[in-house]
Amino acid sequence: MDKIDLILLKYGEIALKGLNKPLFERKLENNIKSRLESLGRFSVRRAQSTIYVKPLEEGIDMLEAIERLKKIFGIVNICPVRKCEKDMDAILKTAVDCINSEPVPKKTFKVEARREDKKFPLNSPQLCAKLGGQILASIPDLKVDVHNPGMTVMVEIRDEAYVYTSKIKGAGGMPIGTNGKASILLSGGIDSPVAGYMIAKRGVEIEAVHFHSHPYTSDRAKEKVIDLAKIMSEYCGKIKLHIVPFTDIQLEIIDKCPKNFLTIIMRRIMMRIAEKISVREGSQALITGESIGQVASQTMESLAVTNSAVDMPVFRPLIGMDKEEIVEISKKIGAFETSILPYEDCCTIFVPKHPKTKPNLKEIEDAETALVNIDELIDRAIEDTEVQCVMRNS
Amino acid sequence: MEVYLDNSATTRPYEESVKYMSDIMLNEYGNPSSLHRRGIEAEKLIKRAKESIAATIKAKSSEIFFTSGGTESDNLAVMGVCGASRGKHIISTKIEHPAMLNTLEHLHSMGYKVDLLPVDKNGRVSLSALERLMRKDTVLVSIMHVNNEIGTIEPVEEIGRIIKQINKATLFHVDAVQSYCKVPFNVNTLKADLISFSSHKIHGPKGVGALYVRTGARLAPILFGGGQQNNLRPGTENVAGFAGFGMSAEICHRNMAESIERISTFKERLKNGIAANVSDIVINTPENSAPHILNISFGGIKSEVLLHSLESEEIYVSSGSACSSHKGGSSYVLTAIGVDKKLIDGSIRFSLSEFTTIEEIDKTIEAVIRNVEKIRLIMRK
Repeated sequence: MDKIDLILLKYGEIALKGLNKPLFERKLENNIKSRLESLGRFSVRRAQSTIYVKPLEEGIDMLEAIERLKKIFGIVNICPVRKCEKDMDAILKTAVDCINSEPVPKKTFKVEARREDKKFPLNSPQLCAKLGGQILASIPDLKVDVHNPGMTVMVEIRDEAYVYTSKIKGAGGMPIGTNGKASILLSGGIDSPVAGYMIAKRGVEIEAVHFHSHPYTSDRAKEKVIDLAKIMSEYCGKIKLHIVPFTDIQLEIIDKCPKNFLTIIMRRIMMRIAEKISVREGSQALITGESIGQVASQTMESLAVTNSAVDMPVFRPLIGMDKEEIVEISKKIGAFETSILPYEDCCTIFVPKHPKTKPNLKEIEDAETALVNIDELIDRAIEDTEVQCVMRNS
Repeated sequence: MEVYLDNSATTRPYEESVKYMSDIMLNEYGNPSSLHRRGIEAEKLIKRAKESIAATIKAKSSEIFFTSGGTESDNLAVMGVCGASRGKHIISTKIEHPAMLNTLEHLHSMGYKVDLLPVDKNGRVSLSALERLMRKDTVLVSIMHVNNEIGTIEPVEEIGRIIKQINKATLFHVDAVQSYCKVPFNVNTLKADLISFSSHKIHGPKGVGALYVRTGARLAPILFGGGQQNNLRPGTENVAGFAGFGMSAEICHRNMAESIERISTFKERLKNGIAANVSDIVINTPENSAPHILNISFGGIKSEVLLHSLESEEIYVSSGSACSSHKGGSSYVLTAIGVDKKLIDGSIRFSLSEFTTIEEIDKTIEAVIRNVEKIRLIMRK
């Protein structure tokens, strides 16, 4: 669409929120305003469960505005709209323009109308019928199909006439900041950014915790995690990233515990550290990218043992997903290319050749008793944690 | 104290060159092609830079063409020769830089026949294989002077003689990126028609290189534009960069004899210091190698771990292979000289420069001994 006068945003689930609805709507409005701020001046206002985004100056890049709106949770549909005078000739001309600028020409259509301004001479069914007939007459190859139309021409008669054909799918979910805060254990792989994205989608503010093992992993691995947090922040907003120095703890585990328990004990301690940081930061849950059976540390038994290291709820949004499904989302949110950069896992020395796939809690806890200084090491790691606030570029 | 021992990757520029470049960028901003005085002043700077470089290798300044670096020089040499001649056969070696190997790969896909000479355990190319493989339609033989990973010096003088004896029409390209100002040579000792240079390996700016083209050698351009540099390498000249390269070449070449002696002694000290105190190592760098490169494999070590351990003590080196668990990034050079796969994963390249001091060497020896011991203790568990 080459000319966009206004963008209509439809939100779904929020409309069902009863007395809390205004709260959700205000949050969404604010999220939209802050996201569009750097593009120019807009008016963002709300009426009848629709948000109207109107540019207030010339030359604003509306296509970029749409791209940004597509990343705001809580928006179900995005409709780029043209406006015209409330006059049938003008409405027809605008509708034909809209149809002709569809990127892929459609064979069938129907018209839907909404008359908010009751002074307009035709009521909604009359408007549909008349405009439909006129469109049929103006565009030879187009046919009407009211049940399964290739496109729907929408006309809304309000202060002016609004005409649009395409509905762009929004990110869905709930506005960030309406459902508390949780902390993602961000590894630098494919899964964790996707897990963070999925929880953020439910309106949850995200913090991230990353474990860094210099010199066993390079500083590029750390930069990569910062890049991933930045990609996530396109959707999640600002992310507070905690980078925990983990080498001393790993070396202590290698020194004191059986090698095949290495990964599971490591993960339990990571969870404990993440929980401690979360409590301090007011985060109410942990998020991991685990999926049943993906690797040895993600068998049912391992998950149970890892889980019992903490009291906080642990959200695992990928738990029932296949790798391909996860990759698909990773690509959709633009994290995949960064996730597969080869900087992690240089610490193969920390990966046992034969990890325990069916650990039981008792044997792991027994093994952990050898880590006599662990509380001290954990406290020191948290104390030495580097904190960065990561924010998208625009 | 920072210890920078990754000089084969890049070097710290000379302060004189940086000041010279900064002065040129601020004050001599003319386009060398402009007819007015500003243009002429800029043109003079380039001329002077060409003369500086030509003087270091006893070439004529008209035989020096500036490029964007070693990669472009290699590309221009190979693609340029192929573009200007009919033959379809090229000979090179298995241990060339990727700038060469990937260019040859591209030519291979376009129908050229490419033979890569094997090397012995010291990384030296097989001269008998070269003699055997030379053909009537061999348009180019391209050999690196010094290998960037292990420091082997190839017998390029002899190779040049062999080529010209068998086929006068075959052009000879030498990739001198790692040998320039480290191993003495000039265009008379080296029977090369084409020689590649890079500026940032000799304390000059990055993004600048040169190709020596012997008068009479026919080369087709790979870039097309406004006619600069005899139309062989058009594009508005990077005046400051070229001038900075010229300045660095002058200084580095002036210091060469002295720094070769100094660096060689330091390299011996580093090698012996490590060899005397660390068990289970293999020195991959042969005797009589380039003075600045020392490659050692440490048994039972992942090179990246050692690299990052040294890094946390401000000692910067390079590893023989990329992160092994992801890319199968083992060094093809070490593979070609027959180093065991396990040892390749534990190989480190130390590369020195004229800025290297004896204190830095001693600090490195001590840190290597200590860290190798520590890492082995963990890895052997």
